[in-house]
Amino acid sequence: MTGIVAVIDYGMGNLHSVASALQHVGASEVVVTHDADVIRQADRVVFPGVGGIRDCISEIRRLKCDELLTQALTQQQVPVLAICVGLQALMSRSEENGGVDCLDTIPGEVRYFGNPLTDAEGARLKVPHMGWNEVHQTMAHPLWAGIPDRTRFYFVHSYYAHAWDRSLLAGSVQYGVSADAALARDNLFAVQFHPEKSAAAGLRLLKNFLEWNGQC
Amino acid sequence: MALAKRIIPCLDVENGRVVKGVNFVDIRDAGDPVEIAMRYNEQGADELCFLDITASHEGRDTTVHTVEQIAEHVFIPLTVGGGIRSVDDIRTMLNAGADKVSINTAAIHNPELVRESAQRFGSQCIIVAIDAKRVDDVEGQPRWEMFTHGGRNPTGIDAVAWAARMAELGAGEILLTSMDRDGTKNGFELGVTRAITDAVDIPVIASGGVGALDHFVDGVIRGGADAVLAASIFHFGEYTVPQVKAYMAEHGIEMRQ
Repeated sequence: MTGIVAVIDYGMGNLHSVASALQHVGASEVVVTHDADVIRQADRVVFPGVGGIRDCISEIRRLKCDELLTQALTQQQVPVLAICVGLQALMSRSEENGGVDCLDTIPGEVRYFGNPLTDAEGARLKVPHMGWNEVHQTMAHPLWAGIPDRTRFYFVHSYYAHAWDRSLLAGSVQYGVSADAALARDNLFAVQFHPEKSAAAGLRLLKNFLEWNGQC
Repeated sequence: MALAKRIIPCLDVENGRVVKGVNFVDIRDAGDPVEIAMRYNEQGADELCFLDITASHEGRDTTVHTVEQIAEHVFIPLTVGGGIRSVDDIRTMLNAGADKVSINTAAIHNPELVRESAQRFGSQCIIVAIDAKRVDDVEGQPRWEMFTHGGRNPTGIDAVAWAARMAELGAGEILLTSMDRDGTKNGFELGVTRAITDAVDIPVIASGGVGALDHFVDGVIRGGADAVLAASIFHFGEYTVPQVKAYMAEHGIEMRQ
């Protein structure tokens, strides 16, 4: 039994892909919602995100999803998976949209990839960072179970997270800079890539999330 | 260790059915978009592109339903193009489960649509499709112009300048099709591919003309493309996605295997 998986919906785009992927790997009940009662009773919480960070943060706060998330992490202590802008929203602040204060759940900042961006040999890199890139697993974690180190996941983003506490880094990705691809702390796992769009590897990570007891 | 170049099979969809057929050996229904999408996913396609060529309004509702079904079964990025004219059209396709939409003629008629939709939905989901045709200037220097209606109608707009303008307005990616090469199997028009990849900082998908394995390699190495889109070469089983990827990797191109 995977229990109820609540996908937090703060109105910033289509979350059906995440819900479909979770169902595909065996979630018995997935609810896409911002209803506080549902989220409080959920056995697992997914915190996704697409779009600009300013609008995201303002909707998260307006719908009090920030409080629900804190509650899930600290009181309910259920497994929480943040995805893409969901991860970025957890950081302290972002350079996007002229500078935005974020939720400060994971101290750190979200930076622009830079323009021009170049690789180690000086070749120009396009922004957004769009496509399949290798994730280097920097920590053993139940969510990496069955996924070989340096497996490729699908990324699409122009800003990247950098956590101050480097012991939280669970995976990194190289794209001109070394960007945080996954961060982990207690019952929270946050990824910059899109597991719901990363074919077999992404589905395996979501399956691992459904089987995770929230401990590292 | 770097970002992989992408292989994107493209399917023409009309009234919820894949037209022109797809020639997989053990496929049950060559017209079923969901079955075909699943098959390309199993082959290791990096993304999928659906081009809606449905003319009627009712048929377009069917397309939305098709996109919903694919998004429930296939967990790689999905682009939908064809007939996208407004912010509402974009919202409809994104809500149905498309990850990106490709805007073509509507961007020419109304460039602000690109800015508005990129602001609303994020640049990552807005692709601008450019159909370019070579129209050399009086001195015989190569130049490429934007064409509409399958390459029949000239617009007078320079394709390279247009790509740069679309990137400024917030497009997240350019889908470049050479109308001189589309359907010829003679390979990409590398001149315009290189000119546009050099002119913009956003990724460029090369399309139009793939007929051999070397064409994929040329599109990336000589054209500078970040992704390669192809239709018939995959549909009729000339090459599979893994064959193309293996060949590109042999030529030093970073691929997802």
